[in-house]
Amino acid sequence: MSKQSTPLRLFWAEFRENRIAVIALVVVVLLILLALLASVVSPQNPYDLANLSLMDSRRPPGFVGSGGYTHILGTDPQGRDLLSAIFYGLQISIQIGLAAGLVSLTIGTFLGITAAYVGGRIEALIMRLVDLQLSFPAILLALVIVALLGQGKAQLIGALVAAQYAYFARTAYGAAKAERGKDYIEAAVATPLSTRLVVMRHLLPNCTPPLIVVATVQIANSISLEATLSFLGLGLPVTEPSLGMLISNGFPYMMSGRYWISVYPGVALIILIVAINIVGDQIRDQFNPRLRR
Amino acid sequence: MSAFLTVDDVSRVFGPNLNTGEKIAARLGAQVETRSVRAVSDVSLTVSKGETLGLVGESGCGKSTLGRLMAGILAPTSGTVLIDGAPVMVNGVKATTRVQTVFQDPFASLDPRMKVGDTVSEGPIAHGLTTRAQAKAYVAGWFEKVGLDPGWTDRFPHQFSGGQRQRVAIARALAMQPDMLICDEPVASLDVSIQAQIINLFLELTRDLELTTVFISHDLSVVQHVSDRVAVMYLGRIVEVGPVAQVFNNPAHPYTDALFGSVPKLVLDADELVHFDTITGEVPSPLAPPSGCYFHPRCPLATPVCSSDVPCMQSLPDMRTVACHHFKEQFAKSFGKAG
Amino acid sequence: MSAPVLSVRNLRTHFFTRAGVVKAVDGVSFDLSAGEIMGLVGESGSGKTVTGFSLLGLIDEPGRIVEGSIKLNGVELTSLPDAELRARRGKDISMIFQDPIATLNPMLTIGQQMKLAIDAHERLGKRAAEARAAELLTQVGIPSAVARLRSYPHEFSGGMRQRVAIAIALLHRPAVIVADEPTTALDVSIQAQILFQMRDLANETGTALIWISHDLAVVSSLAKKLAVMYAGRIVEQGPTAALLRDPRHPYTAGLIASLPAMATPGTPLVQIPGTTPSLLSLPTGCPFAPRCELATSDCNTEPEITFVGDRGWRCFHPVSHARELTT
Repeated sequence: MSKQSTPLRLFWAEFRENRIAVIALVVVVLLILLALLASVVSPQNPYDLANLSLMDSRRPPGFVGSGGYTHILGTDPQGRDLLSAIFYGLQISIQIGLAAGLVSLTIGTFLGITAAYVGGRIEALIMRLVDLQLSFPAILLALVIVALLGQGKAQLIGALVAAQYAYFARTAYGAAKAERGKDYIEAAVATPLSTRLVVMRHLLPNCTPPLIVVATVQIANSISLEATLSFLGLGLPVTEPSLGMLISNGFPYMMSGRYWISVYPGVALIILIVAINIVGDQIRDQFNPRLRR
Repeated sequence: MSAFLTVDDVSRVFGPNLNTGEKIAARLGAQVETRSVRAVSDVSLTVSKGETLGLVGESGCGKSTLGRLMAGILAPTSGTVLIDGAPVMVNGVKATTRVQTVFQDPFASLDPRMKVGDTVSEGPIAHGLTTRAQAKAYVAGWFEKVGLDPGWTDRFPHQFSGGQRQRVAIARALAMQPDMLICDEPVASLDVSIQAQIINLFLELTRDLELTTVFISHDLSVVQHVSDRVAVMYLGRIVEVGPVAQVFNNPAHPYTDALFGSVPKLVLDADELVHFDTITGEVPSPLAPPSGCYFHPRCPLATPVCSSDVPCMQSLPDMRTVACHHFKEQFAKSFGKAG
Repeated sequence: MSAPVLSVRNLRTHFFTRAGVVKAVDGVSFDLSAGEIMGLVGESGSGKTVTGFSLLGLIDEPGRIVEGSIKLNGVELTSLPDAELRARRGKDISMIFQDPIATLNPMLTIGQQMKLAIDAHERLGKRAAEARAAELLTQVGIPSAVARLRSYPHEFSGGMRQRVAIAIALLHRPAVIVADEPTTALDVSIQAQILFQMRDLANETGTALIWISHDLAVVSSLAKKLAVMYAGRIVEQGPTAALLRDPRHPYTAGLIASLPAMATPGTPLVQIPGTTPSLLSLPTGCPFAPRCELATSDCNTEPEITFVGDRGWRCFHPVSHARELTT
């Protein structure tokens, strides 16, 4: 064996066998790259009001505007180039999705593992709280919190985290509870190693597979939740439109035949969420020993 | 000989561990198990320096729990476990590195996400037996001692066979430089052709490193092979302890006799129709153990006193102790069989 | 001797996995007469369980029987359509598994499950079915059988559950029962009771029994006939006592010699070097050669099984005086 067959390498070898998952992964990476490079690849900066001309508003795809270039996907009611708006919107959506996902991952994992490892009253307290919260729909919680905190990026992320950390806590708790009973944890405790070492070096790494699965799904959920909130007008300010807000902006014009204003951002959102979910599904399948051959 | 490990009147009770819902259900009269199990019940035992004590019994007899109490993994409900005069556990936390454990299943006892070298070195690093810089050489040394290629420290557990994994687990225990090893069924999950390798390694290491050992197994022939003394457990109590030869050849407790009688032996004679000395009935539920001597419902020698009084441990002249009201009759029976 | 009830010839069951072809069973042949008990001994991965599953036609994708013949009462099973195979499974040939809790339905009473098992192959009234079930439970040593028919699996102990599984396997008086490590999970005292009973049952009912186990001692106390498997092949077969007393294949000889019961306490055991080979990367020739002291360049080609009388071994250099090895 010249090449080390690390678990990661084996994982990738198996992942590669599902062509659809690989395509989805490429799409996700591509969309993230587009979002990161939005200011470079976009023909226009849609946030710069000086660039916008109301003359160009609500034009169909293929229209050559006052800027002298073709609006491939048309323009929105403010006269923004839709393609540019989608790139910038993607940036905001992914930013918020990732931030909310990672923060809830951290908080949820901490709570879940603490509950599983410490046990007793703390376990009961944390997990009942989590259960209570899971019994409400996430969208309802997010709505209430945004209404209370007001609008803005940080507030929005806070609302998404509050609505989603419970999923991570549940998952981390379940995984940690199962791993805790295994011999290798007992062996580490029996050495004896400090609780910090046992948790950080053994328990946490072995709880990551289900957490990664939940994280991918929850990032997709954060993005769609954010889009929903923005669509309802509770998301970000109108000056920085995310995908949800772009859809919302175009909604009144759907019936008048100017479908593109809503549909193209919608398509971008769907592609992003579906691709993330396909990648998440494949990861889940690979982690699930029951589905293994 | 002085005692190195002392188990003094130790009991371990596992509570019913009810959650709030079950507690409410129990209050309302639902059938929720609220009884607790005495997995280990008033056990006293000593192990001398350099000695190997075998611990045998059927599943659920408490031998694994007793092993975990001795290893400092579980805290006793009452009683104390001392190693060289110092308690193994203080306030529910293991207070010594002098006793280490080898677990049954090497597929479960190694962290699947950690390189085996790191698994072996993390304990010694945490306790200052080696430094991070010297860890590699330190681990390689132990790998060599247990018969593993020292170049394999960067591999993951899944790259090893069962026997090799058990060697890694033994290296992990030994790298802590213990005086004492608790081995909980160390060969039970290995292939037959590999068991002999691990047993030989174990014999060699205990001799070379002058280890004191407790060897827990349900396989009586393995215990007979590796142990100096043997303790037989039934439903959480020790029924007989003594030198291997005496206990195996001439059991003083009817349960020991019956247990040994049930073990299939290799039959080499074509015409021999094997006769099993089967024990009637099954091991009673530990939730509701019988009164008096726990073995009396299944015992051929039982009399009324057995169902009323718990037999105390009595010392016999041949260095063994037995908990039975009728060990003299049992002796007569054993001798009858031998002659 | 009467015609065999079960006759297996050159059975090969392979699994076509992502990592390559796993030749789990690769050349297994034996005969079994009515009432006979055969021990099938091997380590994990030797193919003994897959052999048992192959006999019942229970091999699922990605595995398949690629070659060989299984004749049960003269009927070739490997070419039988699925539906007909299903009609025979449980009736003419049945199986007992290591873990009875996995084979019993926790939601049904024992009586209901036995009724279902009867209905699968026979039309029998409720009364008659119950009587048959109770009779079998009594036969396998379950006290107050009629009352126990109303019990659920969780109300039985492990040993009792295994007895129930045995009773279900016996319901249709099959010609052959394949028992896969049925006592491994049980305590020795319960194991002894069940071994004792199985021997009598085979004797009384004329059912032939294949007892799959890794434990030579268990098999030797039960089976008159023995087959030892290594890496998918039967490497040695013959009458149990003769085979154990005078093993010819170096693997069998090593296995017996390595038992602690064969050595003086405290002394090193005879050990077979190396590890059990992966079925994915078997050496060419004799699969045991890399671990064998007697191997020569001959062993680079695979030996066929040689029969002398009722004994057979798959080796170019059979051990002649194996007893010397142990002393």
